[in-house]
Amino acid sequence: MNIKELEKKSVGYRKKILKYIVGANAGHTGGSLSCIDILNVLYNQVLNVSPQNFTSPDRDRYIQSKGHCVEALFVVLADKGFFPEEHLETLCKYKSHYIGHPTRKVKGVEQNTGALGHGLPIAVGNAIAAKLDKKDYKVYTLMGDGELPEGSNWEAALTAAHYKLDNLCAIVDKNSLQITAPTAEVCNTDPLDEKWKAFGWAVKEVDGHDIQALKEAFDSLPFEPGKPSLIIAHTVKGKGVSFMENNLKWHHGVPSTEEYALAISELDNSMQKAAV
Amino acid sequence: MAHIENTDPNGYKPNQEIFSEVLQQLAATDRDIIAVTSDSRGSGKLVPFGKKFPEQIVEVGIAEQNLVGVAAGLAAAGKKVFAVSPACFLTARALEQIKNDVAYSDNPVTVVGISAGVSYGALGSTHHSLHDFAALRAINNITVVVPADNFETAQATALAAKTNSPVYLRFGKKVMNNLKEENNDAFVFGKGRVITEGNDAALIACGETVYPALQAAKLLAEQGIHVTVVSMHTIKPLDTELLAKLAVACKAIVTVEEHSVYGGLGEACASYLMQHGLHKPFRIMGIPDEYTVTGSQQDIFNHYHITKDGIAEVVKSLLI
Ligand SMILES: [Mg+2]
Repeated sequence: MNIKELEKKSVGYRKKILKYIVGANAGHTGGSLSCIDILNVLYNQVLNVSPQNFTSPDRDRYIQSKGHCVEALFVVLADKGFFPEEHLETLCKYKSHYIGHPTRKVKGVEQNTGALGHGLPIAVGNAIAAKLDKKDYKVYTLMGDGELPEGSNWEAALTAAHYKLDNLCAIVDKNSLQITAPTAEVCNTDPLDEKWKAFGWAVKEVDGHDIQALKEAFDSLPFEPGKPSLIIAHTVKGKGVSFMENNLKWHHGVPSTEEYALAISELDNSMQKAAV
Repeated sequence: MAHIENTDPNGYKPNQEIFSEVLQQLAATDRDIIAVTSDSRGSGKLVPFGKKFPEQIVEVGIAEQNLVGVAAGLAAAGKKVFAVSPACFLTARALEQIKNDVAYSDNPVTVVGISAGVSYGALGSTHHSLHDFAALRAINNITVVVPADNFETAQATALAAKTNSPVYLRFGKKVMNNLKEENNDAFVFGKGRVITEGNDAALIACGETVYPALQAAKLLAEQGIHVTVVSMHTIKPLDTELLAKLAVACKAIVTVEEHSVYGGLGEACASYLMQHGLHKPFRIMGIPDEYTVTGSQQDIFNHYHITKDGIAEVVKSLLI
């Protein structure tokens, strides 16, 4: 798949995220839209994961630490054939496996997440196991910037560097907003790059909506031999829908019928532009 | 921290030492056996394990949340993981990781709470774990096991390694005498181990309180009172079949545990008996809900009458 095709895929994913959030009348809209390009590149260009190899011990592992942005993950997993997309019509319905966070009841999901600060320690354990077993698979985890004050992340960051886990890549979806206010106002974690470097990680910063830049970053893993890699992906919360971008309201806002129609027409325009 | 080395003329050992010995035996033939420690290998008696199997021990430093998260990740990749740390920290600070990363995600980690209960009696409430049964009983998908003697500890450790689901193993520092002369009992999680039999009363205990319960039964036998003593090593799932049988056969039931009287073995038994119409004189012995009493483990047991005489008195008071 070339960059253009991937860009079109992202627009399609955004439309589906909104569709199923509207259907469920619930979801984490802004964050799903900010991380979807990252997931697009991971699942379509990077990860050695498919419905066919999902039980293989050699598959790559992806653990979504920011579990609340499950709609983005579900849309991508459906596209990859892990389950029929129409299953997502049951999102958040009584007894559906497609709940508001990832669980292993859904094929393609590695770990049950939702509480923040859990993905990285588990990913570290996975990556240590790969080293012990002398296996080549890589482990990826996606964190939100709002979850970084959780101390468990920093405990795991130390362990990752201590064990020289260059088979581990963490991505921060740095959309600079969280539920209350801008992240810098809630608990400033900047400068992130210096913090992670001080913890022994190799760090790259990319535009988290630039498919080419994301692909190049993943292609250059590990950034330094013997070090875990961190990608700080600068993103926009609500990306792709003008009135949702950088607007706190859309952290878990559900669009009204009119807002949904407007959002879809904007995304359709983006699709036409992407096709040129 | 002052350490008084446990020595015993009969060759009995602290359960955590037995745990380490069995883990070494298992690790020798199974490279997937992994111990994860949080600067806890000394108290966990895992120093020899680390020396013999440096590739099979993962040290995370003093970081219990990370300890359990990393253990879950290792287990998810096929390792048979024992996450070892003092029970007081492991089941409080890392409770969310036990709940989510181990139990909810169904990663088959054996969470090993060492120096449990009031093993660190003199160190205060920070180092006591009197809440762990209550906390873990309320979490779905984890078996809670509290072996009493060296035999049960060896069996429980080997069984946990074979069990493909989450287990909590809990034990202390005290030298534990074997409860029986001959240990031929089949050991399975969820089935209580009957140590002595008698129909006047039943003493249902777990962990390091089974031995004083057994001594109490011997004292009572001298006075013509015949008591069944059960090592209820599995707190969850509880052996309700055995419990129901004892409630029918015996005139009174006393439970004994090194845990808060809230939410532990006693309340688990009471809940079952009450809901099944099995009403007999009943008493829960354990640590009451009050400011921490400190001293040695034995001092604290004495304070709360978790002794041969104290337990015997409670049994007699129910038989009047
Ligand atoms: Mg954010």
